[in-house]
Amino acid sequence: MALVVAIQQCEPINIDVEFSCKAGDVLAIVGPSGSGKTTLLRCIAGLHKPQNGFISFAGKLWFDAEKKFYVVPQQRQVGFVFQDFALFPHLTVLDNIQLAMPVSSKVGAHQLLARVHLTGLENRKPETLSGGQKQRVALARALAIEPQILLLDEPFSSVDQVTRRKLRLEMLQLTRQLAVPIILVTHDLDEACLLANKMVVLHKGVALQSGEPQVLLKKPANATVARLVDVKNLFNGTVIKHGGMSFLQWEAETLTLPGNPFDNGASVSWCIRSADILLHSRIRPSGGEKENPLTVTIEELMLVGGIFNLIVSLSGSHQVLLHMDLPPHVVERNHLKIGESINISIPEQAIHLMPTVVTDSVGN
Amino acid sequence: MEWSAFFLSLCLSLISVTILLVLGLLIARSLAWKRFVGKGVIEALITLPLVLPPTVLGYFFLRFLGRESMLGDWFESWFHEPLVFSFTGLVLASVIYSLPFAVQPMLRSFESIPQSIREAAWCCGLSHWQTFWRIELPLAMKGVLTGCVLSFAHTMGEFGVVLMVGGNIPGETRTISIALFDKVQTFDEGAADSMALFMLLFSLVLLILINLVGDKHLQGLK
Repeated sequence: MALVVAIQQCEPINIDVEFSCKAGDVLAIVGPSGSGKTTLLRCIAGLHKPQNGFISFAGKLWFDAEKKFYVVPQQRQVGFVFQDFALFPHLTVLDNIQLAMPVSSKVGAHQLLARVHLTGLENRKPETLSGGQKQRVALARALAIEPQILLLDEPFSSVDQVTRRKLRLEMLQLTRQLAVPIILVTHDLDEACLLANKMVVLHKGVALQSGEPQVLLKKPANATVARLVDVKNLFNGTVIKHGGMSFLQWEAETLTLPGNPFDNGASVSWCIRSADILLHSRIRPSGGEKENPLTVTIEELMLVGGIFNLIVSLSGSHQVLLHMDLPPHVVERNHLKIGESINISIPEQAIHLMPTVVTDSVGN
Repeated sequence: MEWSAFFLSLCLSLISVTILLVLGLLIARSLAWKRFVGKGVIEALITLPLVLPPTVLGYFFLRFLGRESMLGDWFESWFHEPLVFSFTGLVLASVIYSLPFAVQPMLRSFESIPQSIREAAWCCGLSHWQTFWRIELPLAMKGVLTGCVLSFAHTMGEFGVVLMVGGNIPGETRTISIALFDKVQTFDEGAADSMALFMLLFSLVLLILINLVGDKHLQGLK
């Protein structure tokens, strides 16, 4: 049972997207604000008709612009968790869920509430609920329709961090239980990596790249995608091929590269994940063959979410900054401090080359 | 106290409000959430009776409902009585000049319902009619009740339009406000006092009852 989407429009929001999502898939759609993520969900739900293209599910056509064919939302059986939850304020929690059930059943509604860990709140009105509770009711209501597809529009954006962490884990368990395509819109790349097995990067309505989240983060298709997925170490360089070997000319440094399809002299963008840059231990210094050893200066040292993020500058060029992620014990053992010089390696296998794309600002 | 005039006013107001409830809901629901060329013009036309002097409005009613008008002529040929200076003509005039009092509060109430709530209802499988009946109307009820109360009160108290369109025919078009004016003109202060005081008390009791019902409804929503 696969959802197939191929839609295009220019106004009011530019969209040019093509993807499929089968039962059991969790597809994350990421992109900056205004990139068309919510509009895309609304098209799938039948709440917005794009100008061109088609949408089908399990072989049944839901929308075809050319044939002027359109199935209303009521007939699509799409469970939609809205960003603002959109709970019916005049109804109790139980009534909100029962209203969505094809055959209204108090027992069924109670079971759904138990599934989202909200037993005991049946008679409460939405205005008396916390953000996390509202999110769970919205999810229970979306499940109540026995959905063929589940759409989640930034489901955790309105809750605090602690609640978000709990809800994500619950959502992860839920996604494993449901045998329907799930499409999740999110700004949060960690969330996308945790919950999704597929990801689409959207920019100004255009799908720039799709694939597994970890692959996308490690190997973005171009610099625009790299910026959109918040790759911190993104630079320009020139590929030099000489004597059967490949090198990357970057600032004043020459880095070794594995085999690549770029021509000699090609201008490229390149990136490396913060976690892939290696620190040379002061106790056991490394030679650094095929590891591109560099000497850098620590400009910033920040503890974020239990990991140290170092910002280091190249020797001779304090403008060029690299981001490294290190576990706290490594920082402590090596007594790292701001202003110190350290030796690092940029493993050639971790360097990802991309064609240089002339892009406009992505608003980041 | 001229009870016949009071009951005529009451009857006129109740019939007008019943018509305005249906008409107001239709208009408000049609205009809410929609943007189209000409929406401003339609809203302005609906609001026009609010800003026109009652005598001007009454004059236009006379012109377009009178015996020499197309509508007046048609009505008289079918029902064998004139549209103006009749209770039916008063009802028609009351509905038109109280229209903004009914539509505006209802329209604002419907517009205040977030679009996402309506869309959530559709995604839950509710048809447009079910969405209106089970979601939109309960949420807009305060505006609906306000519209009904305002148009009722406005119709009960209207004078200028009623005098122009209905005249002063006892048992037919002599409303309580016309009767009161008549008593003042004939220096019957005692009768005028009792009518005015009665209307004051009636309006006060009505408002208190409506507020109580409104509060109870809002408590129910909470």
